[in-house]
Amino acid sequence: MTGTHDTSTGTGVRTGRGTTPGDGGSTRPVLVRGVRPLGGDATDLLLADGIVAETGRGMTADGALVVDADGLVALPGLVDLHTHLREPGREDAETVESGSRAAALGGFTAVHAMANTDPVADTAGVVEQVWRMGRRTGLVDVRPVGAVTVGLRGEQLAELGAMADSAAAVRVFSDDGLCVSDAVLMRRALEYVKAFDGVVAQHSQEPRLTEAAQMHEGELSAVLGLRGWPAAAEEAIIARDVLIAGHVDSHLHVCHVSTAGSVEIIRWAKSRGVRVTAEVTPHHLLLTHEEVASFDPVFKVNPPLRTPEDVAAVREALADGTIDVVATDHAPHPAEDKDCEWDAAAAGTTGLETALSVVQQVMVETGLLDWAGVAERMSVRPAGIGRVAGHGRPIAAGEPANLVLVDPAARWRVDPGALATWGCNTAFQGSTLPGRVVATFLRGRPTVLDGELAEDAVGADTARSW
Amino acid sequence: MRHLLSAADLGRDQAVQVLDVAEQMAATQQREIKKLPTLRGRTVVNLFFEDSTRTRISFEAAAKRLSADVINFTARGSSVSKGESLKDTALTLEAMGADAVVVRHHAPGAPHRLATAGWTRGSVVNAGDGTHEHPTQALLDAFTLRRHLVGGTVPGAATGADLAGQRVVIAGDVLHSRVARSNVLLLHTLGAHVVLVAPPTLLPVGVEAWPCATSYDLDAVLEGAFGEPDAVMMLRVQRERQNAAFFPSAREYSRRYGLDVRRLGMLPRHTIVMHPGPMNRGLEISAAAADSARSTIVEQVSNGVAVRMAVLYLLLSGRKDPATGPVVTGGRTGGADGATRKDRRR
Ligand SMILES: [Zn+2]
Repeated sequence: MTGTHDTSTGTGVRTGRGTTPGDGGSTRPVLVRGVRPLGGDATDLLLADGIVAETGRGMTADGALVVDADGLVALPGLVDLHTHLREPGREDAETVESGSRAAALGGFTAVHAMANTDPVADTAGVVEQVWRMGRRTGLVDVRPVGAVTVGLRGEQLAELGAMADSAAAVRVFSDDGLCVSDAVLMRRALEYVKAFDGVVAQHSQEPRLTEAAQMHEGELSAVLGLRGWPAAAEEAIIARDVLIAGHVDSHLHVCHVSTAGSVEIIRWAKSRGVRVTAEVTPHHLLLTHEEVASFDPVFKVNPPLRTPEDVAAVREALADGTIDVVATDHAPHPAEDKDCEWDAAAAGTTGLETALSVVQQVMVETGLLDWAGVAERMSVRPAGIGRVAGHGRPIAAGEPANLVLVDPAARWRVDPGALATWGCNTAFQGSTLPGRVVATFLRGRPTVLDGELAEDAVGADTARSW
Repeated sequence: MRHLLSAADLGRDQAVQVLDVAEQMAATQQREIKKLPTLRGRTVVNLFFEDSTRTRISFEAAAKRLSADVINFTARGSSVSKGESLKDTALTLEAMGADAVVVRHHAPGAPHRLATAGWTRGSVVNAGDGTHEHPTQALLDAFTLRRHLVGGTVPGAATGADLAGQRVVIAGDVLHSRVARSNVLLLHTLGAHVVLVAPPTLLPVGVEAWPCATSYDLDAVLEGAFGEPDAVMMLRVQRERQNAAFFPSAREYSRRYGLDVRRLGMLPRHTIVMHPGPMNRGLEISAAAADSARSTIVEQVSNGVAVRMAVLYLLLSGRKDPATGPVVTGGRTGGADGATRKDRRR
């Protein structure tokens, strides 16, 4: 049995704050007993003063919250490079707080909030606003992504430097939702961000080839009569962008790779030394375009679900490192935006609370990755790409205590109504998935315990300085 | 059969049954009193999100001749344009006690959604959903084909028969045609050989997987490259497609793919000429072809009423009392698939 209990008071799972509220440096210590870091040999971990203070067997610690982690795997806290938190502007779909809850429950300790909000996160003011809301919530480190172009309009560069220099210290820039389709703008953005070690994350979608596109273009779109979204529309942009990134020697990050052809292009670019990284979403790892035959808009995502061959290719690419990371593209929508005919529905699925389970199912249980590989692709590499200090670190004494404990033996059925995200659109609804997040720690402070949001967790990080 | 959403919902025997019942319905339409009491007390809603007077009138006539109460509901827009949503409209109709909802919508899958999302308990008939399907059009085309090619134009003579071995050429804008999709599925089910002819731009990527042959060369097909054609069905082509570069000009399209006088002369003596309407005379079909003795275009319209009577009868009388009257069971979309969907939802 896993669970938590309180050695000092004997009151079960009650989790008090350490001392003064918000003083993260002196949060009450946590003793994690018998956990398997990265799936390796069991050990105890003492989390104190925001770091992993000590590792070893048979530890005791007076006054510590004890977490029995027998059978659990410890990973560095997950880092999402691609999260739509919707605030400001679409607080009916999600807020920084509701999205942060979902993130913590999914095992994340840092998320990158995409810029396609209203107003668009294209100024220092907006990114700082989002960043402050994240700090106030205090469940995960919210790292705002800055827009590449003003208003995502693809016409004029946003003030990338101002966003980089702001309190939010933006390093990832993206017009996600829209493609920076102008080759010159893309080139300039890639060049410009070199000044502050930034990265341009491209939503690769050739706009003319995908006008009013509804699903993957192929045998099924032909039958269903839905406007096709050809693989070539993604691949053409990726091919162009890796050539530009190579030419100006800058860092290109490719969002949500969905096709076998994209994988080939990225593999080729990496072999030529181009600084390109890439992500794949859990839904593109698990689901195929066959789902669209139901005409149920929960399966409408952008880029669209692809063929079984594409799914096999992105899994293999994630295993061999051609695709560097898993990113959720968590895209919450209110019910009315999905409770309609396919063409009218918004694209996107939520993903924060299902990502780790999907990755366990498609990568771990298939033998494509071990837990160390999962940690690499869901924490270490995304933290590196996003330049997120203190995350994706080894689980070792002296390292920041950003951790997730997962029970790989658990199985759970995805009930959209039971998720913390406000979005009711999950493409995984009704599926039974393996693995369950039992606990999440942000700088040693539990944000999730026993699979539930830790009491008093929201706002506890407010006064932390970092 | 709970719903009719796709021509693929019908197996060979079911499809033949619909055609046979349609023959019976057509026979009643020759009588002085055309109205049958069959669906008295049942309510059929024509829910049209898209203008189509022809199809609506055909369904309306069919329902009225079966004595059903008919409500015509013309909804503009969709949740995209912030008009009333499909869901809210469906809930309204449900409250009005619709036994059948005949739906025409610009979005592919809208009838499917109506049938499976739990918004209505009525039977849903797809009366054309965007570029997806138009199964009753395919049924009336099959009915027309069977009468002419199998039954020697004698009403009822082909009862029980399918279209085995018949060669049907369908030429035109296949990409945007719900008629082509439904016809390929249904005619294949009935044993016919279909050849689609279109410029490559107007054939969908993925058409290779359809149960038919394809060609870019109308002359070769009419000359018998796939065997002597028994029927040639011309699909409507919108002139505006040239603006999206599907073809360079209406003139070039007409020259390469139109059923002009020269091509009309190439047809074997028995070959019929079909068009689902509305026609663009001078573009995909010449007046000579449309008005020739081979043309079944006007007949298709009257056959449409008989076929739609058969569909409504089979859907509604079958549901009320499965012990009486012809009952069509199964139906891929309404059966297994529907159950799966329900299972997936909250
Ligand atoms: Zn995107």
